[in-house]
Amino acid sequence: MNTVKLTNQRCGAHKDPMRDLKAFPTRSAVLLPGLLAGLLALSGCITVNAPSEPIVIELNINITQEVIYRLAEDAGNAIDENADIF
Amino acid sequence: MNNNPIRRFALHAAMAAMMVGTLAVPASAQRDPAYAAARANGQIGEKMDGYLGIVGNATPELQAMVNDLNNRRRAVYTERAQAENATLESYALTAGCLAISRTEVGEMYQAPDGSWQRRTSAPPLRDARCP
Repeated sequence: MNTVKLTNQRCGAHKDPMRDLKAFPTRSAVLLPGLLAGLLALSGCITVNAPSEPIVIELNINITQEVIYRLAEDAGNAIDENADIF
Repeated sequence: MNNNPIRRFALHAAMAAMMVGTLAVPASAQRDPAYAAARANGQIGEKMDGYLGIVGNATPELQAMVNDLNNRRRAVYTERAQAENATLESYALTAGCLAISRTEVGEMYQAPDGSWQRRTSAPPLRDARCP
């Protein structure tokens, strides 16, 4: 409980560290839950999505027929337009 | 009316420019004779990956020519693959499919097993994914 003072305290020449700390609980009441929620959300993402094995990409095998068919028309034009190097 | 010498000169100059313009239009860029000869001889063949390869023994001249052509091909592939939102490798492979199917009889190409084949009148041996 705060003790009642009869006269206003004068401002000191320097900041009183103990008085600054008084403001902390109110600010932390806003900041801390947010921070905790963020940390929880982050840690949740990492644990849920952590891959068990490294992902290996085999480029040549990964090229699908679908992609080749999509590119075929443009590639044909590219060959026609650069007939000197094909 | 047309007797004004300046106007006449301008008219003739414009006509001359038009004639030169029609003459200067290139039919379409052709293969360098050395490249065409190396293809016809079977010294250079089309690879599956969309680039040229040396079939037999590599001479410095052949190697330099193949390197230069392949670098220019890669530049084309890179630019167009980006425009098509595709990878360089997939675009190059697609172009390789087409380049092999466009080889002429007697020219060399790479079969899916990696071996060099001489093109006959029959369809070339190509990757199963080729269009």
